[in-house]
Amino acid sequence: MLRFVARRLAYALPVLFAVATITFFMMRVAPGGPFDAERRLPDAVERSLRARYQLDRPLLEQYARYMANVLRGDLGPSFRYPDRTVGELIALGLPVSLTLGLAALAVALAVGLPAGVAAAVRRNRAADHATMGLAMLGVSVPNFVLGPLLVIVFALWLGWLPVAGWGSWRHVVLPAVTLGLFYAAFIGRLTRAAMLEVIRHDFVRTARAKGAPERRVVWRHALRIALLPVVSFLGPAAARLLTGSVVVETIFSVPGVGRYFVTAALNRDYTMVLGTALVYSALLVAFNLLVDLAYGWLDPRIREGA
Amino acid sequence: MRRIASTLAAVLAAALLVPSPGLAASVFRISNMTEPETLDPALASGVPEHRIISSLFEGLYANDPKDLSPVPGVALRHTLSKDGTVYTFTLNPQARWTNGRQVTADDFVYAWERVLNPKTGAKYAQQLYYVKNGEAYNRGTITDFGLVGVKALNQTTLQVTLERPTAYFLYLTTFYTLYPVPKEAVERHGADWTKPGRIVSNGPFRLVEWVPQQTLVLEKNPGYWDAGSVALDRVVFDPTTDVNTVVRQFQAGETDWVTSSANLPAALVAVWKDRPEYYAEPYLGTYYFRMNVTRPPLNDVRVRKALSMAIDREALTRSVTRAGEIASSAFVPRNMPNYSGVKGLDFDPAEAKRLLAEAGYPGGKGFPPVELMYNTNELHRIITQALQQMWKRHLGIEVTLTNVEWKVYLARMKALDYQIARAGWIGDYVDPNTFLDMWVTGGGNNQTGWANARYDALIRKAAETVDPEARMKTLREAETVLVREELPIAPVFTYVSKGLIRRSFDGFHPNILDQHPLKAIRPR
Repeated sequence: MLRFVARRLAYALPVLFAVATITFFMMRVAPGGPFDAERRLPDAVERSLRARYQLDRPLLEQYARYMANVLRGDLGPSFRYPDRTVGELIALGLPVSLTLGLAALAVALAVGLPAGVAAAVRRNRAADHATMGLAMLGVSVPNFVLGPLLVIVFALWLGWLPVAGWGSWRHVVLPAVTLGLFYAAFIGRLTRAAMLEVIRHDFVRTARAKGAPERRVVWRHALRIALLPVVSFLGPAAARLLTGSVVVETIFSVPGVGRYFVTAALNRDYTMVLGTALVYSALLVAFNLLVDLAYGWLDPRIREGA
Repeated sequence: MRRIASTLAAVLAAALLVPSPGLAASVFRISNMTEPETLDPALASGVPEHRIISSLFEGLYANDPKDLSPVPGVALRHTLSKDGTVYTFTLNPQARWTNGRQVTADDFVYAWERVLNPKTGAKYAQQLYYVKNGEAYNRGTITDFGLVGVKALNQTTLQVTLERPTAYFLYLTTFYTLYPVPKEAVERHGADWTKPGRIVSNGPFRLVEWVPQQTLVLEKNPGYWDAGSVALDRVVFDPTTDVNTVVRQFQAGETDWVTSSANLPAALVAVWKDRPEYYAEPYLGTYYFRMNVTRPPLNDVRVRKALSMAIDREALTRSVTRAGEIASSAFVPRNMPNYSGVKGLDFDPAEAKRLLAEAGYPGGKGFPPVELMYNTNELHRIITQALQQMWKRHLGIEVTLTNVEWKVYLARMKALDYQIARAGWIGDYVDPNTFLDMWVTGGGNNQTGWANARYDALIRKAAETVDPEARMKTLREAETVLVREELPIAPVFTYVSKGLIRRSFDGFHPNILDQHPLKAIRPR
């Protein structure tokens, strides 16, 4: 088990190295630079800015310097926000994105799993059609429509929750629901399909034959196996949720890292682009690893050595 | 019963203790539309930053809340030499940093050296190029700051020598680049000196909280020399970027001022324009098109004139942009104070057709393919589409539209790798010069390839003219060359700053820069 984890972590290093390298050079190939603006800087000023951030050195030297700094844990200064470093901004934004992501994940699971199970148990009855219809709607409604709709109802009409911002649990509810419902719909459909398949298996019949109550058969025996496809979907989904959604972060003005990822690229804020790309990649690698571990726990057949 | 009575008594007591809304701590919440890039006066270069920094710090002069004219800040008064180049400022001995130290002339010398020092990387260093040898020091051609025209004669006397008379210099001192900064804090904390707990400032407000992308809070600075006239206790800057979200926040009472940085789109203007909270005012900015004069067919002035005269600006602002923009064929905004303005070449399809035929393209026949470039944005898309149709209808020519990402657009414009490109220009100070000196031969913001010796001479002459009326007359002559004779550009409209302000606040006066000193804002 430990060896498995160690091996996977060892694979992660070259992946991150490749991400950093490719991002570094792709950003430099993109036209325009961090200091281009509508009001063009006088040449002297632009020269001194480039010197200050060492952009006047040969590209390979910049690359070597950057990689050496990253190994020491220094992601460099932000070009756009000179009062802060990239590491500082990510350290401030990441917990916010993680909070929102976890809340959204909780919404997705709390709504999606019971809905999927209920639909499967009442297959082809009204409850099934209603649930799956809603799920279809959930997958199709984009969050830039759902978000403002929720705001109009719960913030403007009812006045229960704030329109946007961050700072208390009340600020988390609407963005978490907006972000989570899409995944809830997906999870609901996945759970339903998996449950329908599992319920026909011998071990379920055995459990029933042994007189186990139906509730226990469904929630304990069947769901555990039915969760496998859901879990493999959850890996990348969780990574996406936890790093935030650019759209939801923008609509609700959530101070997470999601927005940096896009705006930094548009601003040619080289160090910020690299920093966020590295953090995203690390999270993806970590979640894929967690998914593999969860698989082993859920299905004894995949456990190492089995 | 006794319990009810005591509860009632407690509630009553609480009601008496909580002041009524009029007496409550007055908080003003501002939708600043973006996270400020920096709070360092030397490094800042944007409008949202100005709203914050001009409340935290104070320059030699500050802005009158009504017309933005310079009013005393750290300086009590000044004298100007006969030739208009030496300013001697007398500083207010009551001016204090938030650490209690007096603001001195040395603080200005330190701050200006820092801006001009190439190592600082100040994007707005050119705001100090008016000071003698400022540009040379910034370029590194001289390294002795003693040669630069700023001297502390004593603690409260600052002497500034300019390269040449500069009519708007006092106005420049109200801008953040020229603010004093505290040496002790900058040197002790480096790039971290602008953080709460470390920052030392001298303005009407001080920084208490700054969480990136979340909030920035100022509170009244009790040690400010003019603290008696500051009415707001707290000011909250909200960095929310999405305009629809911000307007919903305004509806829900979560913000008090939706600034012009929101750039309310036509759809929202239509909803709000008749409500008392809405305000709109001509802005110190022009929307225009650059024409690359180094490539045919736009190297022919007749073609450039024809294109400009085939733009129906009134129709464009009335039925396309629809947010109150002011149609204009001149480059200097029409509401520039003390400047009577020039009339450019207005919509005249017949004359446009004639000019195009004269250039060798009767009815648009044989007109080579021309591309119009704009940066990806909904407003620019509909405007350029309208132009494309107008040119087709009135001139019979086909222009293709190309949208590119912002940085690509800037890079191509810089390299003159375009034919026609949309552009916008916001003035740096309230003077026509900020719109006209950019078009001199080889100017960094010219970017059209246009060069005209007569124009260069006029701009130079205006810069050396002390008499205000004669100077404005020369600038008018220059603008005439630009928008009536040569047309390296086709101006289209004057921007309008528009926003929403809660009317429970007073001291908010619409003006050409949409600047509203927070010192003057007070609850009604």
